[in-house]
Amino acid sequence: MPTHGRSVSALLQTPLHAVHESLAARLVPFAGFSMPLHYGSILAEHRAVRERAGLFDVSHMGQIHLEGPGACEALERLLCCPVASLRPGRVRYGMLCNEAGGVVDDVTLYRLDAERFFLCVNAANIEKDWRWIARHCGARQFPQVQLQDRSAATALLALQGPAAGEIIALLLPDALRTPLRRFQCAELRWRDAPLLLSRTGYTGADGFELYCPAQGGAALWQAILEAGAAHGVSPCGLGARDTLRLEAALPLYGNELDDETSPLEAGLGRFVKLAAGDFVGAEALRAQESRGAAKRLAGFELLSPGVARSGCAIIADPAQSGGAQRQLGVVTSGAPSPSLGKSIGLGYFPPELATHGSRFAVLVRGRPLAARVAATPFL
Amino acid sequence: MAEYQLPETLRYTREDEWLRPAEDGSAVVGITDYAQQQLGDVVFVELPEPGAVLQQGEACGAIESVKTVAELFAPVSGEVARCNQELAQRPEAVNEDCYGGGWILAMVPSQPAELDGLLDAAAYAQHIADRE
Repeated sequence: MPTHGRSVSALLQTPLHAVHESLAARLVPFAGFSMPLHYGSILAEHRAVRERAGLFDVSHMGQIHLEGPGACEALERLLCCPVASLRPGRVRYGMLCNEAGGVVDDVTLYRLDAERFFLCVNAANIEKDWRWIARHCGARQFPQVQLQDRSAATALLALQGPAAGEIIALLLPDALRTPLRRFQCAELRWRDAPLLLSRTGYTGADGFELYCPAQGGAALWQAILEAGAAHGVSPCGLGARDTLRLEAALPLYGNELDDETSPLEAGLGRFVKLAAGDFVGAEALRAQESRGAAKRLAGFELLSPGVARSGCAIIADPAQSGGAQRQLGVVTSGAPSPSLGKSIGLGYFPPELATHGSRFAVLVRGRPLAARVAATPFL
Repeated sequence: MAEYQLPETLRYTREDEWLRPAEDGSAVVGITDYAQQQLGDVVFVELPEPGAVLQQGEACGAIESVKTVAELFAPVSGEVARCNQELAQRPEAVNEDCYGGGWILAMVPSQPAELDGLLDAAAYAQHIADRE
């Protein structure tokens, strides 16, 4: 049976910790934080987001701000995605790469105005990113850029699901002259404190992310639950966040992405300014593009009952290989899809196998389960 | 700390299974309330084949939840008499009624002395408390 690997009390807590305890959340260690896995049922929370709305505390994530003259140039150097073309009030997905083309972190880039930006980064990578950014965009290279890690001072809530827009309109009735479109953000005020609202998320559903000072996080959480009560909003934990992002085939750092894996291998080439730009990792990525990646991320569905989890070996279809079990690839994420009622996953395959419809098998506790490469997103 | 139902009439293993001797000499096996709460929503139960002969402690199946998986171990040695085939359609029965409709399999124990080595409810409750 699963057991807790380390004491929860030794972990960092988000500004919402007392709220989670009062809601009897099952708290688990994640990226050094004590985080809610669920508040009763991952399945129910998943369905809430797909059918109504769900509210997540994702305050464990980090925010690294870059401001001042040269901030745009510094980020253009750091990130694989184009930066200068991002207009104020817009958000863009991007990656920090190392010189070898591996992914240091995947982030969302916010441009608040011409010279004010911030990166929302993965909780497990806050310190690594900070060191990386300071090394490549420090005072020596960009003396006028101010770097600031506001992770601990910031609460981040995600309201996701088809009813999210109506709930935001109830919460902030006079704040927006026009509704935000996808990947737009706006700096607002709520109860005399700053509130950054962005129409973004990590669930494949419509939704918003709300950044506010840490001390206001619990009040904002409560206000969203009250505004959304008539819409059936449900508190949601990291368990549903994971099944939701998997159905949307969104990569998770540490599973699909790491320092040794490139954006091209992960199928994220559309977020890389390969043709233009002198960014960290550009040379390695251009070389990889011209010779072809050695492995390729693809989505799959199981054709037999069971669940393929992260770490399971991908082997050839036993019907075609004569029963040989040579490992061809590896599952990076896998779960039962609550929306689809079948098991889905992501994994790295030899490029020739990573095509829609390819048959293979996944070894689960020593038994091969038949599987097929599927189109992504899964829904 | 969470509350767990632990019926006094059952025997328990350190692997979070329960066993109930039946009148026909077989023993019904399932997972405990603690186990189903730890797992969360159960979505698939991998069952052994009826007729399989198992040694005590042998892995003989698995219980998959949304987030994680737990292996199933034979609580005693013996032959698998039957399995709860309804779990193929309603795996959530393991969450809803782990001591009743969510039973997993029935065995015919071959070493009755092994039954005496299983935990009673109080000893199993202590085993849970030691881990939390």
